[in-house]
Amino acid sequence: MSVIEMSGLRKEFTVRVKAGRLRREKRTVTAVDGIDLRVERGEMLGYIGPNGAGKSTTLKMLTGVLMPSPGEARVCGLRPVAERTRLAMRIGVVFGQRSQLWWDLPLRDSFELLRHVYRVPAGEHGARLARCRGLLDLDEFLDTPVRQLSLGQRMRGELTAALLHGPEVLFLDEPTIGLDVVSKQAVRGFLAELGRAGDTTLVLTTHDLADIERLCHRLVVIDHGRVVHDGSIAALHSRYGSRRMVVAELDAALPRPPELPGAPLQRVEADGHRLVFALESATVAEVVAGLAGLATLRDIAIVEPDIEEVVARLYRMTAEAGGATVTGAP
Amino acid sequence: MAEPGTLTGPTRVVPPSGGGPEPAGRTPGVLGAYRALLGAQARSQAAYRASFLVDLFGNVGATVFDVVTVLVLFGVTRELGGFTLHETLVIVGLSSFAFAAADLLVGNIERLPRYVRTGLFDAVLVRPLAALPQLLLMDLPLRKVSRVVFGLGVLVASVGSAGIHWTAGRVALVVVAPLAGLVFFGSVFVTTATVSFYWIDSGELANSVTYGGRDFTSYPVTVYGGWFRALFAYGLGFAFVSYHPALALLGRADPLGLPGWVGWVAPGVALVAAAIAALAWRVGIRHYRSTGS
Ligand SMILES: Nc1ncnc2c1ncn2[C@@H]1O[C@H](COP(=O)(O)OP(=O)(O)OP(=O)(O)O)[C@@H](O)[C@H]1O
Ligand SMILES: [Mg+2]
Repeated sequence: MSVIEMSGLRKEFTVRVKAGRLRREKRTVTAVDGIDLRVERGEMLGYIGPNGAGKSTTLKMLTGVLMPSPGEARVCGLRPVAERTRLAMRIGVVFGQRSQLWWDLPLRDSFELLRHVYRVPAGEHGARLARCRGLLDLDEFLDTPVRQLSLGQRMRGELTAALLHGPEVLFLDEPTIGLDVVSKQAVRGFLAELGRAGDTTLVLTTHDLADIERLCHRLVVIDHGRVVHDGSIAALHSRYGSRRMVVAELDAALPRPPELPGAPLQRVEADGHRLVFALESATVAEVVAGLAGLATLRDIAIVEPDIEEVVARLYRMTAEAGGATVTGAP
Repeated sequence: MAEPGTLTGPTRVVPPSGGGPEPAGRTPGVLGAYRALLGAQARSQAAYRASFLVDLFGNVGATVFDVVTVLVLFGVTRELGGFTLHETLVIVGLSSFAFAAADLLVGNIERLPRYVRTGLFDAVLVRPLAALPQLLLMDLPLRKVSRVVFGLGVLVASVGSAGIHWTAGRVALVVVAPLAGLVFFGSVFVTTATVSFYWIDSGELANSVTYGGRDFTSYPVTVYGGWFRALFAYGLGFAFVSYHPALALLGRADPLGLPGWVGWVAPGVALVAAAIAALAWRVGIRHYRSTGS
């Protein structure tokens, strides 16, 4: 049995919009528009999509916060809304914009309170907390009231709070939002460590694709509430024709943009001192050889396909297609 | 980074099987959880000790005002809707205590729109406890304790000085009626708050029912007239909070003609109100829409 199952999952919101001076019109926003997805135990799933794609709404339906309308979801075999409190024992949730912590109390107290809320035996709780303290460097601010924590410190606290009851599934909605590089690395390292153990299922939403690259083998892209890609990052690259790039630094700018067979010129930068070619059918050696005949090369670099770029291309394509026609998985 | 399994795996609390009853002995755990939430709320408020003390005493104000109003009225009239000062004070006492206690325990649910906006409601929903008790305990306004104490004082003093002919039934009623009033007002707080699940700016409507109800129950219903009395007294049921129990305690017949036993069954109305509130809450939570960000 899959840990997470969604079939025909939908969510509509009725919103009232101003139409004229006094009149208000009802309009239906379809936030999630028929998602079918299964996630197996131990999977690390990156769940991404442009702003307003329906990611948070999906997570809220899976955690029992929102009622689907209509459609069905099962998490750990439970119906999220109907069996909400039972499910809560088995999942951990971090909504990056929300807090599970007690604002006016020291961080340590929040953890102790959650031990009571989740009814975790003291020994287990202590062992997990000790581990999080080590991995996330909590000791420095464990006695600071939560309202005085920086965003990055608080987020490390939130992650710990979500894990102290040993959840089977972890839902993280933008856990790295607003964090500096060091904090991001700490969080990613921590989650990677969790993933390596292999029995926690992770669903991660983010706009920082480095999170995904670092952590997730499977990537689900949604747009306008529908799945537009489901597969590995490599599958995404090959599907949307991501190419490796050759960046050549020249001593002097060329009078005309060079044409190399099988490697179209993508960009000219630094007043013509830097040329970027995409590798289509040509090899790196052929590009270098072709350029060497035209100019003095100072440096050559090969750039692997960029996830930001392929995802940006995917978002643009789905936007042009009205978000509806690009479907199916590789 | 040895033994990567420690965070989860072998130390998992809940068995991975989907079904099966909750393990026995879970119940004290739940109570312990609620107690911990209450303790946290007390400690959070203690963080602002100075303002807490000011609030504690400043908060008696509104409740005192109710009593003073009645005393002032009786300065210019001998009877109010056919009731003497002492009889009226029994009504005031029942109403003050019931409202103050309900306001302390349940009143903050009127802040539901704020809980939704700040995300507290989402946070509460992903925890393994019922949402309503969590919200009430996490935001319990302890400074309102002073009002309850004052309300109880008014109740005891008024009942003691009204010359009640005590029977076993009246002793029981004088204990049950204030508690039933508490449940009734609490149910009104919850029911009106659930309107904001559908209509976020419903606060004014909710206030006019709850605070209107409190004012209504502070006087004999005979002082009101027409549709207004019909609506608040019997449509919404506020006559059963203080007026009818007071009649039964005082051994007076209802000038409006309802039979005497109504005062004795009045506490039962609180159960109906509680059932309606529970249903409204359950339905409301299923219509909960969270926020977009
Ligand atoms: N409570 C709500 N009421 C009305 N509309 C909502 C509500 N929540 C979400 N929406 C709408 O549903 C759509 C999906 O929102 P959602 O928050 O799921 O997007 P998201 O993918 O998480 O976006 P982001 O990356 O910006 O966080 C949006 O159009 C949003 O306006
Ligand atoms: Mg979101």
